[in-house]
Amino acid sequence: MNADMYIPAEFEVIRSDRCVNCKICEKQCANGVHYTDKKTGKIVADSEKCVNCQRCVCTCPTHALKIVKSDNAYRQNSNWSAQTMNEVYRQANTGGVLLSSMGNPRQNPTYFERILLNASQVTNPPIDPLREPMETTVYLGKKDVEIKRDNQGRLVDTLAPQLKLTMPIMFSAMSYGSISYSAHESLARAAEELGIYYNTGEGGLHKDFYKYSGNTIVQVASGRFGVHSEYLSTAAAIEVKMGQGAKPGIGGHLPGLKISDDVSKTRMIPKGVDAISPAPHHDIYSIEDLRQLIYTLKEATDYKKPIIVKIAAVHNVAAIASGIARSGADIIAIDGYRGGTGAAPTRIRDNVGIPIELAIARVDERLRQEGIRDSVSIVVGGSIRSSADVVKAVALGADACYVGTAALLALGCHLCRHCHTGKCNWGIATQRPELVQRLDPEVGYKRLVNLLTAWNHEIQEMMGGMGLNSIEALKGNRLMLRGVGLNEAELKVLGIRHAGEDM
Amino acid sequence: MNINIDEKTDFQLLNRRIRGVEDKNIVINGCVGQRYIATGLSDKKLLINGTPGNALGSYLNGGEVTVYGNAQDATGDTMNSGMIVIHGNAGDATGYAMRGGKIYIKGNTGYRAGIHMKAYMDFKPIIVVGGRAGSFLGEYQAGGIIVVLGQNDDGLPIINNFCGTGMHGGKIYLRCDKLPHAIPSQIRVEKVKGSEVEELKSIIEDYCSYFKELNAEYLLNADFLSLFPDVDNPYKRMYTNN
Amino acid sequence: MFNSNPNYNSSPFEGEVRIPSGCAVSAIINRSGKPMTGEKIIRSISTMHDRSNGLGGGFAGYGIYPDYKEYYAFHLFFNDFQAKKATEDFIITHFEIVYSSEMKTRKVKGIGNEPLIYRYFLYPLSKRLTNSLMDEEQYVVKCVNKINAEINGAFVFSSGKNMGIFKGVGYPEEIGKFYLLDEEYQGYAWTAHGRYPTNTPGWWGGAHPFGLLDYSIVHNGEISSYDANRRYIEMFGYKCSLQTDTEVITYIIDYLIRVKKLTLQEIAKVISASFWSTIEEKSEEEKRKEIFLRKAFPSLLINGPFSIIFGFSGGIMALNDRLKLRSMVCAEKGDFAFISSEECGIRVIEPKLDKIFSPSGGQPVIYTLKEGGTL
Repeated sequence: MNADMYIPAEFEVIRSDRCVNCKICEKQCANGVHYTDKKTGKIVADSEKCVNCQRCVCTCPTHALKIVKSDNAYRQNSNWSAQTMNEVYRQANTGGVLLSSMGNPRQNPTYFERILLNASQVTNPPIDPLREPMETTVYLGKKDVEIKRDNQGRLVDTLAPQLKLTMPIMFSAMSYGSISYSAHESLARAAEELGIYYNTGEGGLHKDFYKYSGNTIVQVASGRFGVHSEYLSTAAAIEVKMGQGAKPGIGGHLPGLKISDDVSKTRMIPKGVDAISPAPHHDIYSIEDLRQLIYTLKEATDYKKPIIVKIAAVHNVAAIASGIARSGADIIAIDGYRGGTGAAPTRIRDNVGIPIELAIARVDERLRQEGIRDSVSIVVGGSIRSSADVVKAVALGADACYVGTAALLALGCHLCRHCHTGKCNWGIATQRPELVQRLDPEVGYKRLVNLLTAWNHEIQEMMGGMGLNSIEALKGNRLMLRGVGLNEAELKVLGIRHAGEDM
Repeated sequence: MNINIDEKTDFQLLNRRIRGVEDKNIVINGCVGQRYIATGLSDKKLLINGTPGNALGSYLNGGEVTVYGNAQDATGDTMNSGMIVIHGNAGDATGYAMRGGKIYIKGNTGYRAGIHMKAYMDFKPIIVVGGRAGSFLGEYQAGGIIVVLGQNDDGLPIINNFCGTGMHGGKIYLRCDKLPHAIPSQIRVEKVKGSEVEELKSIIEDYCSYFKELNAEYLLNADFLSLFPDVDNPYKRMYTNN
Repeated sequence: MFNSNPNYNSSPFEGEVRIPSGCAVSAIINRSGKPMTGEKIIRSISTMHDRSNGLGGGFAGYGIYPDYKEYYAFHLFFNDFQAKKATEDFIITHFEIVYSSEMKTRKVKGIGNEPLIYRYFLYPLSKRLTNSLMDEEQYVVKCVNKINAEINGAFVFSSGKNMGIFKGVGYPEEIGKFYLLDEEYQGYAWTAHGRYPTNTPGWWGGAHPFGLLDYSIVHNGEISSYDANRRYIEMFGYKCSLQTDTEVITYIIDYLIRVKKLTLQEIAKVISASFWSTIEEKSEEEKRKEIFLRKAFPSLLINGPFSIIFGFSGGIMALNDRLKLRSMVCAEKGDFAFISSEECGIRVIEPKLDKIFSPSGGQPVIYTLKEGGTL
């Protein structure tokens, strides 16, 4: 027996007779699927290399290509899926830890789909969002003010620094290194045009993007890549990354191969050397240490920037959030277990953490029980897929949402889940110049603006239906939600009633 | 100028004052636990009498800090450039992720000194410890130089366990002829040689210029070991694509 | 606790379920402090009969107990004498009762199933108050909440000084007659409410006005922000046990006045905040103030249709939601000022007015006693 078990191709590339042998697919595929048969001169495909990113399908001028699931099948077994069996073969072949990208693809409950929204009928009116004012502006930051007046009795603005968003959505942290220069430029420009924020992730801030700093959240993670006082003081807000939904309790490892010249400059580390982010911040082993890091950041920026603390949604998330709220953080970001990633061990991604819907509900409720909900804003991510998810998240108690995967889809991503190979044909999760230049930031930023503009209209439509004209009045308004097909424990955690139950 | 404080002085007031004063030379007397002193400081010289609190000189960006007394934890966290001189001991996680500048400690330092220290272009951070260092010295070290001189009189070894765990760049010099503990197989240990001798000499001479009671010649007249990552045996990435 | 009420029928009880309702509101004040009986306010609210459906009516009168103005006037509903006994046992261990009596009522057609209704003038026992480490108002509120939550069949529906709330199940004009407001009481200000609930709670405590100490609220409309407001205000020790909009609005105003020390004008800019685009057009000074208030109290914006009349010692305030989804008319004649859901509610008692206007959405109209007016 061969030392390596053969693992059959997952997909088949099918080429119809519309193919004109133009070879565009060959040029477009960094995985080397398409090649010219030397004997016939015809273009053919090696399906085994295909990751199903749909690049060739989308760029084929005659629409001659399709990719289908291979019908090669292992013997039917409800317990051992082909995927599970292949994973065993891969590990027996290599002895390696399974590595995956993007969010958890497994069929676990998605609570957003089991929550329904309310609408006004008769006893109070719905509002027409097209013709009446409809406000989605959100300010993030501490609200627990002491009312002070000057000697003329006028109110003094005693509020901690706030982030103003035109809609309750921001782009989540994705580092330069994990995604490309073009992807970052698209996000930065879109954030500026939309009046929201994008997030550098832990990879530092490229010199070219300092001009977007008014719409930039910079991240400080355990590796402290690219963190220096100018980086901190130029940003609109600073995010301390404690955890990530796709890999709670796990650090990061950007292989030296991806540390290009430019990435090295931005991260301020040598070219070609692995960039390791330890699992914890080694100056934070306890909650009081978090306070210390938060205050070094506040001191470094003269208390002018909101500090965000990002954690993964884990079992004890409510108590953790309460501790963070009492540690000087202005905003807590919570990332659900379906959140995306450029690379994470498969087992961690698919088995660790809890759904974001449950985390929002518990954190919001706990902070209210403790009377400290207004000492911190809550931003949630980890698979916010549509405007309806945003509305439900806000009604459960979030102040705003982070979107990552949806933004990448807008840029062309087809969720092939091979970011970790660095060969992204869409020019997103790669540093190879010939691939990066495929993503035109001019086009990319417009597509992002389109996406969120559309979402914001939909949010307004849903709010109007509920008789609301201000997003503030939606936040934590759980009477607007009803569960369908949820059991008592789930309803209790979510703090909502079942569909059909009265107000 | 002199700023006299006591245990009742709030760190925010102190630090705001330090940022606000025109005078580039500031002496702080009676310091006891005030945190975050000199955070991000770029253009001032501080002299601190007493015990500054945690995170002294974090994100330090060119400023100079001298402490007559001991420093607590997380001194020089993510420091970019500048100088911290401690006429005493420093606590845990000294120089965490520092990218540039120097931290000179006359006495000992605690756990995880120089953890995730980096280097970048002209930035080359240096930590010199006069006494001994605690466990996990140079953990994840990616660049820069750590020197431990072992001038402690408590009979404990110059370093403790797990030195250089995850180290993938930079260098650690230890003033001893034999390692007291095992180190990871990805770290090579050799006696200093060649250009290292000169490098060490200039570092120690500079270090001693801050501590008049120390003698560079005496310190250099000893065996030094050099620890650095083994390029032929790096930390393996143990992943398989799924 | 009120859910053991013998009148309780099979439909869900007030507090167990949210009951949307439409309404009529009305108010009158003499700014010189000249007392008047409840006759005018009854006529005003009865003109808007069709805005109520007979399932709730009530009034608040200010300045009606001049002889006892130093004391808290508790108005209580009891289901039976057992509840009365339990309540009085509680009261005498926490308060000194100055005077108490059964509330004087008359038989009115259309009003039935009334509970026992009693009135107590009292003040806190000083030792109990000192030991509680609370200020006097907190102490009184806490005691009221305790009676309402813990004593079976007892409900305090009015607890202010020199003011009183009178309410019950019926049309408001019937309730007014029932309590003899047209003969027995004279006050400088009155507010009134006729309720149009969508189902039948049949419980007297559920009628409006809703009161907390001297504050009373009558309100028209069903707000859309209820749960956002409720879940926020409950952080500060309030418990929205009735699940009505009126209750949550009262707590919000109490919090902003008593705890946050905001002015009524400022409160209007919180609960009925101007749109961001409107704020942009204002003067720098106004802009600064309104942006601050919206940023600081986003969860106290009341969204959806409402018109409220807020009564307090020395004045009344009218406020509409910012889209003005409910009707509201204000008028003045000499020392008199009027607020009503409809103009007819004012014209019927004062045909010739100096001034009549509809306040715009979010614009508070505040009438207070003039300097020298008596309280």
